[in-house]
Amino acid sequence: MAKYLLLKHYRGAPASVNDVSMDQWTPEEVAAHVQYMVDFAARLEETGEFVDSQGLSPEGRFVRYDGEGRPPVVDGPFAETKDLIAGWMVIDVESQERAYELAAELSAAPGAGGRPIHEWLEVRPFLTAHSRVFD
Amino acid sequence: MNESLLRELVPAVIGVLVRRGADFAAAEDAVQDALVEAVRAGGEEQPRDPKGWLITVAWRKFLDAARAESSRRGREVRAESEPEPGPAESADDTLRLYFLCAHPSLTPASAVALTLRAVGGLTTRQIAQAYLVPESTMAQRISRAKRTVAGVRFNRPGDVATVLRVLYLVFNEGYSGDVDLAAEAIRLTRQLAAMTRHEEVAGLLALMLLHHARRPARTTPDGRLVPLAEQDRGRWDTRMIAEGVEVLQAALARDRLGEFQAQAAIAALHADAPAAEETDWVQIVEWYDELVRLTGNPVARLNRAVAVGEADGARAGLAALAELDPALPRHTAAAAYLHERAGDAATAARLYAEAARQATSLPERDHLTRQAARLNAHLRG
Repeated sequence: MAKYLLLKHYRGAPASVNDVSMDQWTPEEVAAHVQYMVDFAARLEETGEFVDSQGLSPEGRFVRYDGEGRPPVVDGPFAETKDLIAGWMVIDVESQERAYELAAELSAAPGAGGRPIHEWLEVRPFLTAHSRVFD
Repeated sequence: MNESLLRELVPAVIGVLVRRGADFAAAEDAVQDALVEAVRAGGEEQPRDPKGWLITVAWRKFLDAARAESSRRGREVRAESEPEPGPAESADDTLRLYFLCAHPSLTPASAVALTLRAVGGLTTRQIAQAYLVPESTMAQRISRAKRTVAGVRFNRPGDVATVLRVLYLVFNEGYSGDVDLAAEAIRLTRQLAAMTRHEEVAGLLALMLLHHARRPARTTPDGRLVPLAEQDRGRWDTRMIAEGVEVLQAALARDRLGEFQAQAAIAALHADAPAAEETDWVQIVEWYDELVRLTGNPVARLNRAVAVGEADGARAGLAALAELDPALPRHTAAAAYLHERAGDAATAARLYAEAARQATSLPERDHLTRQAARLNAHLRG
């Protein structure tokens, strides 16, 4: 088994097919979308492939060390930042093919007009914490 | 009560319940519940007959669950509280459980989880921790696996090769949480070897022992990988090596070679060298030839190319490597190593950095990055 991160972007991914901003959907369409996500996670738990799912607030700041004894430097948010992560799901699956299959399923979540969003999801393999004994 | 002793009794007790008429899934749940009760009763003294105790408690748990189930369905309870004195315990019960839990209809991950629970006696929580997934996910994985094998006849012998693949995975997938999966894999393989006279079971046991013996030297206390050639051989477990060699020699003497015996033979040749420079690389290449002949495995070909580099010089190793698909895992790392040995530090540094980007584990990535950094520092003078 291998763990993969399915990364959802607010910004930075190529435009989805059904590219309508969520605040333009009807309340029913929003509810249907949220329900799809909940059902998807529940289904993955049942297949023994679910690890974690989290959403992130878009209100992030950049922070860095500024030298001994000085407070951290806080900057941003930068409106022009290209990439903005919305959230993720972590799955534990048999193969890369299966990871892609599940990402495609998640990408089919309904959006405006009840039609699939066809959203681009970034799929990243995890580095394992231990190296294998045998090659 | 002694948890590891109880865990060893788990497969036999499941077998007893199944022969008394419980289906496998219900029997397995009942034994787990009994185990939890035993561990909870922790401080109390060990019963005189732990197995009898576990059978009694597990059977009670099974009846409780069966009653709850039938009342849920509005049916009469037919099971008697005192079982028929069933057929005497069969030593084959445990063996059958190995086959059932590694049944070919299961995915490798499901087979691993089911084996660790029903044969190893580990709890779902322990297995979930070891594989870094939520307990609920692991519970579902195990229930699905049980449903998958629900129709499989318990008394049918299986293919020992499928069991070996599962045990190999348990050993190889690393370890975390409070369970040492490598040690657990050795325990389960040792138990299997005691029940069968299959050469490859012995081969896998020998392979595990010979690699496990090196574990104390494989990483530094802060988690860095130490390559075989740089390991402090004084930290290898010589008793474990001796056992591995003995198990391997007995298997090889039966003259039915298989891939695990061949891999163990290579591990034994490494273990046999008092220092890295004294390694018998010519013989190791011969064993890799056997391994390639037996399996055709491209990873074996890759390792063979590195061994050729040691036996016949780095140029020969690079020539062997050039015949292989560059997309093979660790191909770039092997090329980096051989280029450095051939005296081309600049190419080696570039390839190590590239190999680090392709690594699939953190320790490996960090190791390859350090190699690249070492060579780059050297090149800057």
